[in-house]
Amino acid sequence: MELTWQAIAFFIFSALTLGGGFAVVTQRNIFHAALFLMLSLFGTAGLFVLLIAPFLAAVQVLVYIGAIAILVLFAIMLTRRLMGLTISLNQQWPAAALAMLVLFGVLLLVLTPVGDDILGQNWSANLPTDGDTAPEVTYITVREIGVAFSTQNGFVLPFEIVSLLLTSALIGAIVVAREDEAI
Amino acid sequence: MDINWLDANYLPWLIPVPPLFSFLLIILVLGRYKILSAVVATSSVFLSFLMAWPLFFKAALFTEDFGFRDGVYRVFGSHITWMDLGYQQFKMGVTVDPLTTTLLFMVPLAMLMIFIYSIGYMRAYPENDPHQIRFSRFFAYLSLFAGAMLTLVVADNLLLLFMGWEVMGLCSYLLIGFLFEKKSAYQAAVKAFMTTRIADVFFLVGIGYLFAETGSLSYRDILYNEAVLERLGNSDLTGFLGLSAAAIIGTLIVIGTIGKAAQFPLHVWLPDAMEGPTPVSAMIHAAAMVSAGVYLVIRFFPLLEAGGNPHHAEYTLPLIVMGVLGSVTALGGGFLGIAQNDIKRVLAYSTISQLGFMVAALGIGAYVAAAFHLITHAFFKALLFMCSGAVIHAMEHGEHHLHEMGHDDAIPHRVQPGEATPYGTDYIGPHGEAPNDLEWQPTVPAGIDLSFVAVPNDMRLMGGLFNRIPVTALTMLAGSLSLAGFPILSAGFWSKDEILADALLFITEPSAFEGHGAPWLHILVFFSLFFAAMMTAFYTTRMWIMTFAGTPRSEIAKYATLKHEHHHHEHEHDHHHDAHAVVPHDAHEHEAEEENRFSWERFKAWWSVYSNSALMQGPLVVLAFFAIFAGFVGMHPNFPILNILTGGNGASGGTNYFYNLVSDTLIHLPPKPPFATEGSIKIPLPLLSSLTAFFVGAGLGYMVYGVPIEAGEKDRSEAFFGSQLWTAMQNRLYIDTFYLRTFYVPFEWFARKISYQAIDKETIDEFLHTVADTMVSIGEALKMLNRVVIDGVGDGIPSLIASAGRYFRNIQSGSIQQYLLFSSGILLLIVVGFLLIV
Amino acid sequence: MVPLWMYLVVSAALFCIGAFGVLARRNAIAILLSIELMLNAANINLVAFWRYMNPTVINGQVFAAFVFAVAAAEAAVGVALILSIYRNRQTVMVEDVNILKW
Repeated sequence: MELTWQAIAFFIFSALTLGGGFAVVTQRNIFHAALFLMLSLFGTAGLFVLLIAPFLAAVQVLVYIGAIAILVLFAIMLTRRLMGLTISLNQQWPAAALAMLVLFGVLLLVLTPVGDDILGQNWSANLPTDGDTAPEVTYITVREIGVAFSTQNGFVLPFEIVSLLLTSALIGAIVVAREDEAI
Repeated sequence: MDINWLDANYLPWLIPVPPLFSFLLIILVLGRYKILSAVVATSSVFLSFLMAWPLFFKAALFTEDFGFRDGVYRVFGSHITWMDLGYQQFKMGVTVDPLTTTLLFMVPLAMLMIFIYSIGYMRAYPENDPHQIRFSRFFAYLSLFAGAMLTLVVADNLLLLFMGWEVMGLCSYLLIGFLFEKKSAYQAAVKAFMTTRIADVFFLVGIGYLFAETGSLSYRDILYNEAVLERLGNSDLTGFLGLSAAAIIGTLIVIGTIGKAAQFPLHVWLPDAMEGPTPVSAMIHAAAMVSAGVYLVIRFFPLLEAGGNPHHAEYTLPLIVMGVLGSVTALGGGFLGIAQNDIKRVLAYSTISQLGFMVAALGIGAYVAAAFHLITHAFFKALLFMCSGAVIHAMEHGEHHLHEMGHDDAIPHRVQPGEATPYGTDYIGPHGEAPNDLEWQPTVPAGIDLSFVAVPNDMRLMGGLFNRIPVTALTMLAGSLSLAGFPILSAGFWSKDEILADALLFITEPSAFEGHGAPWLHILVFFSLFFAAMMTAFYTTRMWIMTFAGTPRSEIAKYATLKHEHHHHEHEHDHHHDAHAVVPHDAHEHEAEEENRFSWERFKAWWSVYSNSALMQGPLVVLAFFAIFAGFVGMHPNFPILNILTGGNGASGGTNYFYNLVSDTLIHLPPKPPFATEGSIKIPLPLLSSLTAFFVGAGLGYMVYGVPIEAGEKDRSEAFFGSQLWTAMQNRLYIDTFYLRTFYVPFEWFARKISYQAIDKETIDEFLHTVADTMVSIGEALKMLNRVVIDGVGDGIPSLIASAGRYFRNIQSGSIQQYLLFSSGILLLIVVGFLLIV
Repeated sequence: MVPLWMYLVVSAALFCIGAFGVLARRNAIAILLSIELMLNAANINLVAFWRYMNPTVINGQVFAAFVFAVAAAEAAVGVALILSIYRNRQTVMVEDVNILKW
């Protein structure tokens, strides 16, 4: 594989994503964990850019980092009393780690050409093995996505359902998070 | 169902009911009310009396062809099906036939008199006496006794008869042992019960055999069914010793009578039965128990003679047994009666003797005579016993009086409580001293002396009582004459005369026996009864003279009275009175002293003095009437002169009412003994023999005892018999002792050493203990097995499940992460497995 | 251009890390963060497949957008639940919230 700037960028973003994620699950301080989550999300946004999905990258930064992470930070601060806990992992973490390693191994076997030799069955045969074979793509504009969301042939129904879901989830969140005496 | 209970066919059902009901009422409800109990009991018997007597008159006088006549069996009675025995029904019922009517005449009357007498007798005892303490119970027992006897009388089958029979046995046990504080009393009760029980076992076997042979126990089916009697009398029926079934059954029934009617050799209980209160003696020896025994053989006479004919000297085994044992009993009882000093024991032996008369008479087929003697004897013996009770009461009052006056030293050979008596060490005096020995003494005294006599009963201490208790003396004279067989004016004379006449058939009617073998049983019975009658007259004379004639032989007799006030009525009296105060109170004197006005206190005092006396002596008068006059109904039709009374012409043609009535009970009329011998010279041999027996016996008695013996004088008969024989006679010829030594002691030894010690304790108990120990060990082993294996399995499975649950429930920790881990782990396993397989 | 499987490996690794966090973290908020990681892994997958397999169709991006919306809703509800639990039990430790058991 030729080491292009794209590949370098991929590795950097991948490292950000995975390193941030790892820090999220291992960091004792929950506040730090939340900050590392932002880092991981930012790396993901970079990957989106590499995959020529700028709208999604923007939404990733705006919605995830800007809204969800902030929401989580609020939650952390509301439960601040518990931030200084020393033990961040529970007793079953070695079993969980083992299980996840096994899962990762299985996924590697299934998804990568490496596994094909071991399994004797080419699960990833249909996948493009080389990035160069990927079809050329034109940028999909925000306008196209907006049209897709709002046209009858597109995704207007799922869009409405999702909006409904989001609304009801927010209402429910408000109800759940309210002080008790209101209920 | 509409039943007219007053109909003669149904009325017999009701006759036993009032006394039985009275028994229940007194036992359950009235136990605390003495006088009420007595009144209820007496009224119940009076009710029975009111039913029985009209029934008797209706049957005996106003019913045409009553009884068995010309093949027609016309009696009153009804029956119900008592139980279904599958192939047949057992019928329980009542019947009134001619024989029953005679008892229906006698039994309720005698009982009523006894009940009335009992009230006075029992009340005359002081407050703390057992007689008073168990006053109600006495009348309850007496009621049960009466009910059982009446049941027995009206029964139409052997089973119902046996029920009454056994209940009477129980009642005799309870009543003889009524004063159970006295060792002699409860021993006598046990003795009576056990002795009669021996006989009853045989009797019951006989009943069973009879039922097995005939399939019925009804009189009508057996006794009035010639086919059945013939079959039973046929000696081919059984192979046992060549005897017929009738002979075996009859002998067993006779054994039952021997026990109940106190015939030798089972007579030993009867003299001891005097331990009960005197009304009980009257009940047992006159109205009920022994009468029932004799009634049984009279009732079953057709069966007893089945296969034979005593009038032709064809004696069956039961008849021989009866004839021989009856003769022995009559003789022996009379012989022993001579030597008794206890007034009640004299009467007891006279009872045994007279019952021997009846049984022996029945043995030679003197059916009517036996029944007749049963009735007359019941009257005069009840009278005599009640008189003796009055005498004893008078003596006890004399003793009581002496005690109160502080003259204890005047009471002769009074046995102190705790002093040894032949029966043990627990004599109770007339004042109801507490018993001091209720422990059972297992060993029999080595030299048992049965000549012991309680003080108030001792005729040697009496004498001159005629002046003290004249009514009793006169009525007892009537009874004694009747017992002795005083000619004409006594019931006993006629019945005894008829028995002797029947026994003399071998002379007066020899034609009947020709070609039939020797009438040896008739001869034996005649001579035995002749001499027994002689002895009866002798000891009766002795008894009456010793009791009533002459002068008092003791201080007790001097103060004997029936009009003695109770202790609590004289508590104000000083113990050291001068002589005139010792004289019993005479209420009339008080009346004379005070003004002649009525006062409740005076009436009560008078009543307390006279009521008991009246209650005791009134029945005596009634019974004395029957003891004197009841015999005329059985007068021989040819009795000279007197037969005018019964419709004769002075020489012949009179009527023997009793014979005419009772003989209809049988299919074949019993023979009428002729008045005189056959041939040209007609000698009235039966009459002569009974007259001879009376006059010789009574004359001898008067010769010996006519001049009353003095206090402390030896009995004049003792010189004649010799002191050794005299002592033996007073000890009942050592028969009781013999039984004690032969049966009681070995049995006791066997019971204690073999049955109890060796068999029960060492063998059976040991074996049982071994078995028990083994069982316990097995049980322990099983318990271990149970605990380890079965409990192990039983508990193990649940505990396994529980521990598994306890273990696996940790899975459900409530921790979502754990669930997730498990599910993802399992998913992974599936995926990995899938990968490995594919 | 890097091959597709590299993106897939990154996605898988991120998913496993997130899943590990879900399984092993004590803090409920941390679990919520881990879930976000897993959702992101899914999004990477979606977008990568869209880019390499069928870039002419808009569906891949639209799906990713839906995932954003669902993630937002999930986060909102999750934070609300955590706050509610915290208010009631004074804890956000999941092992303390285990009353749903035997």
